[in-house]
Amino acid sequence: MSRAAVEPVESRPLLQVDGLVVHYPVSRGIVGTLTHKPRQRVHAVEDISFALGRSEMLALVGESGCGKTTTGQAVLRLVDAESGSILLDGRDIAKLEHGELRPLRRRIQIIYQDPYESLDPRFRVRETIEEPMLIHGIGTSKADRHERMVAALQRVGLHPPELFTERYPHELSGGQRQRVAIAAGLVLEPELLVADEPVSMLDVSVRAGVLSLLDELRRSGLAILMITHDISTAAHFADRIAVMYLGRIVEEGRAGEVVTDPRHPYTRALMSVVPKRDPRDRSTPQILTGETPNPIHVPPGCRFHPRCPVAQAVCSTEDPGLEAVADASDDHRAACLFTRLAGPGFPATAAPASTT
Amino acid sequence: MSGPLLQVEDLHVWFDLPDGGNLHAVQGASLSLSKGERFGLVGESGCGKTTAILAMMGLLPPSATVDGRILLEGDDILAGGDSSMRPHRWTDIAMVFQGAMNALNPVKTVGFQITEPMELHGLASGDAARRHAGELLEMVGISADHADRYPHEFSGGMRQRAAIAMALACNPRVLLADEPTTALDVMVQAQILQLLVALSNDLGLTLVLVTHDLPVVAEICDRAAVMYAGKIVETASMDALYHDPRHPYTRLLFAAIPDPQGKEEVVSIPGAPPRLDRPLVGCPFQPRCDRAFEPCRTTCPELRTVDAEHAAACHLNDPALMVSS
Amino acid sequence: MSAVIQHEPSATMQSSARRLRTAVWQALRDRPSAAAGLVVLLLFIAIAAIAPYVAPYGLHQKAGPVYASPSSAHWLGLDDGGIDMLTLMMWGARVSLMVGFAATVVAILIGGTVGVAAGYFGGRTDMVLMRITDYFLVIPDVPLMIVIAAIWGPSFSHIILVIGLLLWTSTARIIRAQVKSVRERVYVKRAHALGAGHARIVFRHILPQVAPLLVANTVLTIAVAIFDETALAFLGLGDPARISWGRIIDFAVNGNAISYGAWWAIVPPGLAVAMVILSCTLIGQAMEDALNPRLRVAHLAARGFRLGRIPLEAE
Repeated sequence: MSRAAVEPVESRPLLQVDGLVVHYPVSRGIVGTLTHKPRQRVHAVEDISFALGRSEMLALVGESGCGKTTTGQAVLRLVDAESGSILLDGRDIAKLEHGELRPLRRRIQIIYQDPYESLDPRFRVRETIEEPMLIHGIGTSKADRHERMVAALQRVGLHPPELFTERYPHELSGGQRQRVAIAAGLVLEPELLVADEPVSMLDVSVRAGVLSLLDELRRSGLAILMITHDISTAAHFADRIAVMYLGRIVEEGRAGEVVTDPRHPYTRALMSVVPKRDPRDRSTPQILTGETPNPIHVPPGCRFHPRCPVAQAVCSTEDPGLEAVADASDDHRAACLFTRLAGPGFPATAAPASTT
Repeated sequence: MSGPLLQVEDLHVWFDLPDGGNLHAVQGASLSLSKGERFGLVGESGCGKTTAILAMMGLLPPSATVDGRILLEGDDILAGGDSSMRPHRWTDIAMVFQGAMNALNPVKTVGFQITEPMELHGLASGDAARRHAGELLEMVGISADHADRYPHEFSGGMRQRAAIAMALACNPRVLLADEPTTALDVMVQAQILQLLVALSNDLGLTLVLVTHDLPVVAEICDRAAVMYAGKIVETASMDALYHDPRHPYTRLLFAAIPDPQGKEEVVSIPGAPPRLDRPLVGCPFQPRCDRAFEPCRTTCPELRTVDAEHAAACHLNDPALMVSS
Repeated sequence: MSAVIQHEPSATMQSSARRLRTAVWQALRDRPSAAAGLVVLLLFIAIAAIAPYVAPYGLHQKAGPVYASPSSAHWLGLDDGGIDMLTLMMWGARVSLMVGFAATVVAILIGGTVGVAAGYFGGRTDMVLMRITDYFLVIPDVPLMIVIAAIWGPSFSHIILVIGLLLWTSTARIIRAQVKSVRERVYVKRAHALGAGHARIVFRHILPQVAPLLVANTVLTIAVAIFDETALAFLGLGDPARISWGRIIDFAVNGNAISYGAWWAIVPPGLAVAMVILSCTLIGQAMEDALNPRLRVAHLAARGFRLGRIPLEAE
């Protein structure tokens, strides 16, 4: 499926994140407090920057502990950033006080991973979709709200709406619940949607339907920040991908390009271990040893160097930033010293994921 | 050895429902597994795959009614109910449960949890058991001196390895793994799959991998069966399932998976599986099938051989029906 | 436009409200003791309600000799003042039960508010409220009640307040734990992300989940409240103008009923208190069991499946 290049509607992106840093303090316990043990911090997100325009879908891809979920929470101001700016339409929302956040809640919506837990089991579908309207004072009358609800249900593909309005969540399938959650967000006419693993808990046969819905919404102007561990889904539905590892973006670029021509050793390793459907498609997977280290103890130098199959001595002292890679699109960048120095064709220890 | 190691013949499982009536969770499933084989049992939620393997272990609650035969080297171990299944549980057939990594006993050391089944089945005790536990840990990629640690000191991937070690405690011949990598990161998943392949090769272990994740099965299994609405709808080698699917559900299931390199459109299958508390007329997949025709509405297709080692339950494979429609 | 999706409700589910009623009904049905408790409690409440109309004799009417034994005219005999015991018991039920219920209302209001505030806001609020709760928790109830009743003076409302002020702590802890857990649910976080204010989240999302537990806890608190009232009245700290079961026991002990052998002056009130407390406890525990599925362990029996074949109807 070829993705038509999406021209930005305006020159300024809807969302511009710069130098975002989010730390969580780790509890010391009573003994630690009494003995004045130095307080440890979880370096969940360490200096990331990205932009997202209208009608665009950016996928933050990574494994657990990489900071993708925290990034989404920070954009929504559900957690507070230590430093950095989050510009929504030019205005820095990272600096807003908690009392000023309500208008923001209309413009940015979130879809959660668990369709079974994200709806209040005691609310009918009608009440779930009405609630955001009541909170933000949308709709001039009960009838008007009802119309908006029906419109939202139709937009997410729940036909006929009357069949669903009086149902309780447990009477719906997982895919239907996710659609209800999306509808409840749509009544607020948001500009940005943060989708945190929107389909990972749904059956495979239902996923594409929900993802296509998100794609449709994207085409009609919504900006979507998709958070996922599934790089295949990201490759198919997102315009751009940012691969995260231990709180940093290690590679970013157009979705198709990042997966067919990965330039960061981590991305290469990830692509090589993603299971493939075709049993004849056998490439040697580059299985890294160990697991992602604890974000409390970040390795010096390049964060990935302890597990990197091509790490050199300099990698343990120098922390590379994102740089444009050679012989690729301008917006394809990777945080690897060797990608910058050596250019394409840099030898990896195993064949890259793309097989021709 | 000559014949198959484990055979399941015409397995049916019904569950009592609270308001009377019953749920026909498994409807006549049959499998045949040889020693050292890696077999995948694939299906989405509610298809009956977990119930089927629980039945193979005899781990079903009092609300379940079971019929059929489970032959371990030719002997029907299901015939006597729980009493005939219990001697084989863990010693011949063992299981890694779904979410096992989260179900480890938090107040017992990992070593204890491995030696416990050994002692319960009288296979080893004391130092011998501890030594064997250490060997098992090494075999799954955990250092033996970690045996005295508690589950919370292990990472998710290590806990899953520990759960596998526990399953191997009594040297079973068949290992049933229910969604062993579903909750894990893709890199850790690759490590665990690599481990399962190594165990299957080194120990001659027969592996049944139950999952909804088709590519995982494609990676490590030789053959697989696809389940839908309690029935096995197709069974074949992995290669045949992907390159020559003979059931529309199998084909659509593959098409629903995004291939990172591929350019094909990802499909979704409209509708939902049928309720299993009512008798079904016709093919269970017919309402959602893109190639259903007249006989599909009235007659339920049998699982028929369509090729070498390839069976499918679909009228489209029946030349007689195709001609007459 | 996305594909049409049709789906039929699952066979095994019910709406959560109906599930609650069914669960409670089931609990009472499964436990005949709880059902019996409910009947007994309702009986006592009924008697207390209609006491002024059906009491056989006057409350201050000397109907015969001191400590007359039970007879057909006086089923429970007479007390040390010659007053009909059955009449006393009926009137006593009114005060004992009313104080029990009223004190429970006070306790639940305070405990519920503290529990919700501590559980929902967490942090410093939680710490402060829980320290206060702990202080109240460690004070021995009866001595404190004695001291307060002695200082404030015995009266109907003072007794209710005193008992209520000491009973709220266990409710607070239970509610706090439940609120803390519900607050972490995804749909609550989602409501917060939608911009819902604290009031909406607490009243529309959290309280409905907490209410059933609160009801069960209330029933159990009633039991304790009635016991406390009885104890206070027995110690002579009850309202002197009103008769309660505890006071009846107090009169009996002071009036040497034991040396007289007048069991009918002591046993009925004691037995009545015990029966009401037991009934409340049985009902409350049955409700807690019904609402907390984790307490049930039958489903953990993984084996015991049956062999058989259920005939296929349509083939």
